Amino acid sequence: MDKTNTYNYTVVRQFALMTVVWGIVGMLVGVVIAAQLRWPELNFNIPWLTYGRLRPLHTNAVIFAFGGSALFASSYYVVQRTCHARLFAGGLAAFTFWGWQAVIVLAAVTLPLGYTTGKEYAELEWPIDILITLVWVAYAVVFFGTIAKRRTPHIYVANWFFGAFILTIALLHLVNSAEVPVTFWKSYSAYAGVQDAMVQWWYGHNAVGFFLTAGFLGMMYYFIPKQAGRPVYSYRLSVVHFWALIFTYMWAGPHHLHYTALPDWAQSIGMVFSLILLAPSWGGMINGMMTLSGAWHKLRQDPILKFLIVSLSFYGMSTFEGPMMSIKTVNALSHYTDWTIGHVHSGALGWVGLVTMGSIYYLIPRLFGRTEMHSVPLINTHFWMATIGIVLYIASMWIAGVMQGLMWRAVSDDGTLTYTFVEGVKATYPFYTIRLLGGLLYLSGMLVMAYNVWKTVAGRQAVNATIPAVAPAHA
Amino acid sequence: MSDFTGGFWSIYISIITIVSIIACGVLLQVMSTRKVSGSKVETTGHAWDEDLVEFNNPLPRWWIWLFYITIVFALAYLALYPGLGTYSGSYGWTSKKQYEEEVAKAEAQSAPIYDKYVKTDLKQLAADPAARALGQKLFLNNCAQCHSSDARGGKGYPNLTDADWIYGGEPETIKETILKGRQAVMPPWGPVLGDDGVKDMAHYVLSLNGRTYDPLRAARGKEKFATTCVACHGPEAKGNPAIGAENLTKVALLYGADEPSLIETISKGRMSTMPAQKELLGEAKVHILAAYVWGLSNSAGTAAPPAKPSAQ
Repeated sequence: MDKTNTYNYTVVRQFALMTVVWGIVGMLVGVVIAAQLRWPELNFNIPWLTYGRLRPLHTNAVIFAFGGSALFASSYYVVQRTCHARLFAGGLAAFTFWGWQAVIVLAAVTLPLGYTTGKEYAELEWPIDILITLVWVAYAVVFFGTIAKRRTPHIYVANWFFGAFILTIALLHLVNSAEVPVTFWKSYSAYAGVQDAMVQWWYGHNAVGFFLTAGFLGMMYYFIPKQAGRPVYSYRLSVVHFWALIFTYMWAGPHHLHYTALPDWAQSIGMVFSLILLAPSWGGMINGMMTLSGAWHKLRQDPILKFLIVSLSFYGMSTFEGPMMSIKTVNALSHYTDWTIGHVHSGALGWVGLVTMGSIYYLIPRLFGRTEMHSVPLINTHFWMATIGIVLYIASMWIAGVMQGLMWRAVSDDGTLTYTFVEGVKATYPFYTIRLLGGLLYLSGMLVMAYNVWKTVAGRQAVNATIPAVAPAHA
Repeated sequence: MSDFTGGFWSIYISIITIVSIIACGVLLQVMSTRKVSGSKVETTGHAWDEDLVEFNNPLPRWWIWLFYITIVFALAYLALYPGLGTYSGSYGWTSKKQYEEEVAKAEAQSAPIYDKYVKTDLKQLAADPAARALGQKLFLNNCAQCHSSDARGGKGYPNLTDADWIYGGEPETIKETILKGRQAVMPPWGPVLGDDGVKDMAHYVLSLNGRTYDPLRAARGKEKFATTCVACHGPEAKGNPAIGAENLTKVALLYGADEPSLIETISKGRMSTMPAQKELLGEAKVHILAAYVWGLSNSAGTAAPPAKPSAQ
């Protein structure tokens, strides 16, 4: 096989298939812990099946295994196609695949065993942190190396977002995971007290901002115009919202620490920058949605486009909800309730999940020399299962969250709380059941996807497309 | 705020914050006023991956305004509220002050409800339905976390509904327990007695209230009890309320009366803490709580004289 004039699709294929596998695993764990909240006895008194250990496994699996694999797959595909260049350092690219899978497997073993740093979304212990660093440096070399050897004069907008995501995650991981090892599986944070909390939520919020937003916006900027066959709506809008988004996100972390030991001034800054973040976030939604202007009719027949466009609606919704929840008075009601869980999942299931599924449905046939998935109606079935699942999930958690917030703050004339904590838990049970149903539906949709992917690729030859010559008009 | 270690940092962060907010506005201003060449919207002329091109539509007007409004709001907020270093904002608001004001207001509102009971005898109070209802609410808010909603406690947390009291069950004693808290320590005897010795001792304790036990071990344990445990638990193992040493002849013990629990207690020791509530709740509320807790194990009808109807 001539490696000089074809794209490296091997690593893209590997990551794309693992996206589906890890999606099922991560969402299954999510469904299990949702059921445990409704029926606590479902941990069977086995330590490694308890909620406290499975919950980080769920978040790590869906964010870093499912989301991470999707980002690797799509960024490797997009950077090659838009640079008209084969992936730089193919060996390193292979290392990022196997290294990242090793990180995931280590996480799946250590988290249930109870090894954790206790930092949300950064629970993995120091030896795994080091492996993550190595993989990430290799990822950056491969990605920016490919940009450097591009044969197009300009860097496509999707790559700005992928690039910002890769650089920032490196920075966040290095700073937040600074820790002092005590034994092979135990370390303590390099920071203490409120500084530790602030570093953690600077990391935590930017993990949302760069891993789950900027990276997936990169995906959006390639797959929507491609699938719609329409030009991106506004180059200029992409410039403004890119710079404003990556700059402003960096400041928003303190809104996770409203009314805590964090000084008031830091809380205020976190809040005002979270509000400023609204317009830059919406810039991406406008650019994606308006790309479809003149081609709206395609939404009727094309389920892949449905996934991509509806994901942007959820993106718009949760990036409106986020700034609102960062306002101190709103946060006083919403914080610590299931409203936060609903908000996170409207972003995770609605935005990250749907845009990933749409992109993978676009990718899979092309990676195996086909023009379409095995069954287009099954894509449509998946779309409706996922959408109804999300609506059940987030609506139940909104209602539960607002109810909990109101119950917790209700005070009687005699100064005692009107409701004890356990009364709030009891009142939440029906909503936990509805949420479980929503999650089950979403997971089932993922199984439909797995079947469809299997039927598409089984017995098919892996195909690596030829790199086209750069047309003279591009110069 | 005292969290700045010097004047420099306050100015440093203030300048960075303001410059950053204004920079967002400048970026928006520059990009929204730059002329689009020609009257028709064209693509930028770049193409990637065969057919990927970009229009260069102007920024949507409503979006520009949304962006500006958030910037203006941010600057206004930072003028009114703390956010720029040590500058406290023209409203002088702090989260601490807000909390203290809300608590003071609530306290002032509810104080008369509690104050009217302060002078009432505890046993009499236990028979007052209004006071009992109040006591139950206080209990659910402040005590149920350890002693559980039904006051039956759990391992390490005494059951408050039976006649068994570690520190004494008189109403005044209960009140003192709540006001000042309690501390009890059972030292670890594992290193002194050894594994076998601990097991012997456990069997002696098992023998004290007729559980299944190994007589040989119990006899050996009894011997050591007389030298090791007697100081706190007394020669008859009836305990000592003055120091919170438990009566070991009871059916139920605080940390469990089965063999494995006893072995754990004896070898590793125990620490029990009832936190003092005086500072947190104040005497008036504790008074009502003490009456309520006492009433849980003493039928109000027999324990107290016929209740006078409450002031309500």
